[in-house]
Amino acid sequence: MSEKPILQKLGVLADAAKYDASCASSGTIKRDSTGTKGIGSTGGMGICHSYAPDGRCISLLKILLTNFCIYDCRFCINRASSNVPRARFNPEEVVRLTLDFYKRNYIEGLFLSSGIIRSEDYTMEQLVEVARLLREEHRFGGYIHLKTIAGASPELIARAGLYADRLSTNVELPTEAGLKSFAPEKTSATIRKTMAGVRVGLDDAAEAARGRLLKKAKPPRFAPAGQSTQMIVGADGAKDDDILQSATSLYSGYKLRRVYYSAYSPIPDASSDLPPVRPPLIREHRLYQADWLLRFYGFSRGEIMEGAEGGMLDLTIDPKLAWALQRREAFPVDINRAPREMLLRVPGLGTKAVERIIATRRLGAVRLGDLAKLTASVKKVLPFITTPDWRPGGLTDSENLRARFAPPPEQMSLAL
Amino acid sequence: MREIILKTPGDFAEWRDAARALLAAEVPPEQVVWRQAGESASLFSDDAPLVPGRTVALPRALVTTLDRVICHRDANVPTRLYTIAWRALGDRRLLERRTDNDVDWLAKSDKAIRRDLHKMHAFVRFRRLGGEDAERESFVAWFEPEHRIVRLAAPFFRKRFYGMDWAILTPDARAIWQDETLSFGPGGTRDEVPDSDVVEEQWRMYYGSIFNPARVKIAAMRAEMPKKYWHNLPEAQDIGPLLAGAGARVERMRETAVQLANPRSDKWRVRGEMEAPIAGETATLEELARSLQTCTRCPIHCNATQAVPGEGKAGARIMLVGEQPGDREDLEGRPFVGPAGQLLDEALAEAGLDRAQLYITNAVKHFKFEPRGKRRLHQNPSTGEIDICRWWLDQERALVRPDIIVSLGGSALRGLTGKSASIASVRGKPMTLEGGERLVATVHPSFLLRLPDRQRAAAERAAFIADLAAARKLALNAT
Repeated sequence: MSEKPILQKLGVLADAAKYDASCASSGTIKRDSTGTKGIGSTGGMGICHSYAPDGRCISLLKILLTNFCIYDCRFCINRASSNVPRARFNPEEVVRLTLDFYKRNYIEGLFLSSGIIRSEDYTMEQLVEVARLLREEHRFGGYIHLKTIAGASPELIARAGLYADRLSTNVELPTEAGLKSFAPEKTSATIRKTMAGVRVGLDDAAEAARGRLLKKAKPPRFAPAGQSTQMIVGADGAKDDDILQSATSLYSGYKLRRVYYSAYSPIPDASSDLPPVRPPLIREHRLYQADWLLRFYGFSRGEIMEGAEGGMLDLTIDPKLAWALQRREAFPVDINRAPREMLLRVPGLGTKAVERIIATRRLGAVRLGDLAKLTASVKKVLPFITTPDWRPGGLTDSENLRARFAPPPEQMSLAL
Repeated sequence: MREIILKTPGDFAEWRDAARALLAAEVPPEQVVWRQAGESASLFSDDAPLVPGRTVALPRALVTTLDRVICHRDANVPTRLYTIAWRALGDRRLLERRTDNDVDWLAKSDKAIRRDLHKMHAFVRFRRLGGEDAERESFVAWFEPEHRIVRLAAPFFRKRFYGMDWAILTPDARAIWQDETLSFGPGGTRDEVPDSDVVEEQWRMYYGSIFNPARVKIAAMRAEMPKKYWHNLPEAQDIGPLLAGAGARVERMRETAVQLANPRSDKWRVRGEMEAPIAGETATLEELARSLQTCTRCPIHCNATQAVPGEGKAGARIMLVGEQPGDREDLEGRPFVGPAGQLLDEALAEAGLDRAQLYITNAVKHFKFEPRGKRRLHQNPSTGEIDICRWWLDQERALVRPDIIVSLGGSALRGLTGKSASIASVRGKPMTLEGGERLVATVHPSFLLRLPDRQRAAAERAAFIADLAAARKLALNAT
């Protein structure tokens, strides 16, 4: 087999990585290259260095080490039976590309995944080697996200955690049945066991940090940006309720920072029983909103599903509004008196707006005219709140309230 | 009227020194005119020396904000900042008044600056100077920020690109990092920067390949990467062609959907089948543990990480049966490694038992829990689940053949006897199980962990150790 030039390999292996939703470079520790005199830094929030015309940010060099794969998961472009062109990088080539791109300020770091070749352990070893070369040989201080290979040995996961900022193991499909039919060689047990291994690593590192005797003797860090996972939405028959159930269980079990929901997007050379072209982007968006409600707004899964029908979230309005419309007896709430938990449940108020309202009302009553300075979406909030100079009257219970918010039925357009 | 002429727009030190003198001399904002260098001076300005009348101390948070906002291009900024500083002297909580017009203006201007900074951190594109063999690599970039933020942005680039030399040129000023020293200079032009870089072709290849033509969302892209930045981003020249070709690419995908199975995949299908697990009767504990992993007899397995098999050797004289794995057991796949396990270990040691000599297992093999935020709350297994799981416990008993079985808690008792008896009713009265083993019933160690009353906890702990010691004694007598 003749070696393809780097440029061609990059084309193949970046193309193969574009279905992975995560590109975040956030959540890790602060680090810079002043001490090492090398290259690279990370901060809290991460930076998107570019945006692709699909609206998704480019923060990391997201590539596969190889798109050869011995597995045959039907939703995956890299499955053994796919007729796509194949390529393979060696670790030095990935290191070169990462550094070249990083020094020109194109990226925040590397997100490396791989098709499975030879064995899970062999593949994982190669991924770890790239991270090791970057950190140890090149004093690279940028962000590194490694995809763990489900089923790789715990020792390799532990080593990966030493170099990487974030580790992730994709659960692929939200239900066990879906996995069985679409990814026959993967089992959710192996995936969960790998995630459990990462969580044990995180817990142990936290424990070691707490238990140390000297403040200065820092124990080795383990994936400071934690772990994440991805589910494909819309490839199998799983309902939104199943998806959120799976997500809550994963959040609680493995201390995940994020669950990424990836609308199943058609792949070239797809198997014929998969849904055709349009990826369910709105559904994906609603799931992210619901996920947010779970993590930052104090909602339980059951509450979110109150606004849903048949286990599916409302596509026309956001899940918080859908919930509020079912629970009108709880509204309107008094902006100046309501507790934080209740303000967080007002449609249109985000966490930042709520903090601002609470800080401001300590200094004096918040009036309608003040609201525009505290939140961006006054119009949306009006039916659900009272201020000294505003009462929604019959608006809260009016029958056409939903229609006020529902957008015209058009979803999205392809034209520029 | 006082007239202040600022020589370098955006220079915080210059504004601060002037403002501090004015504040100290108690000159109100209406009495001050701030001018940029080059503007014609007023004929009526008062240039008598300022007499400090008060000490000036501003909240730190305000000073850092002023430091940023002075970089704003709006010509009124020095005046407005002075007004805010003046008001802050009399009102320490001014910044918290988010609905005040001045504070609102300050917050919005600050946000604009911070956004501009963030975009500069993101969209600066370095091009390499010189050949490959240079000792230290050096790079240069051309960037056009909205405001005069080079001074604010430079430290970020210094920390990030410490190990190389670089310069960032903007129309207002330039920042230079060379020989580990950061310096600033006058503005520049685009011509000073090379018009290409060897890696740009690779970068554009990456940009084109990572774009998914099936999910075009132009508005989302433009919201985050406004067009004004495009002409300095090498990848942006590809946006048009990529969008133009997207529809055709999606159409091609639809056409090439494979209808027939690919023969290449058959090779791998075999692999999946070979590893298919066999559940059923097992001859050794190792086999039992393996087939336990495939258990789907009850629904608990769906959310648990793994089944947790017992631990110990066949032929152990004493077998300990707990309830079900907890959070940590579920993660590690070993019984009694969490907090209850630690307590058990201590109690065993006090009772004179060596854990390595025992067989330790649970009545139910999977962890049952209720997700609650970032935690998993333990849920008791139902009697139905205990009875279903007894199938595994019975096999363990048959393989281990212990003399004594210690049941820890009610679920274990149910798993062993098939009946729901209270612990109190059987505690301290060793009885014989159907298989001939002697049963010692006691509480579960997690019960001891939950007792809030110290005195009671100590008493219960002693009773627990006594039960374990009784089991040890029974085992000694049985030999």
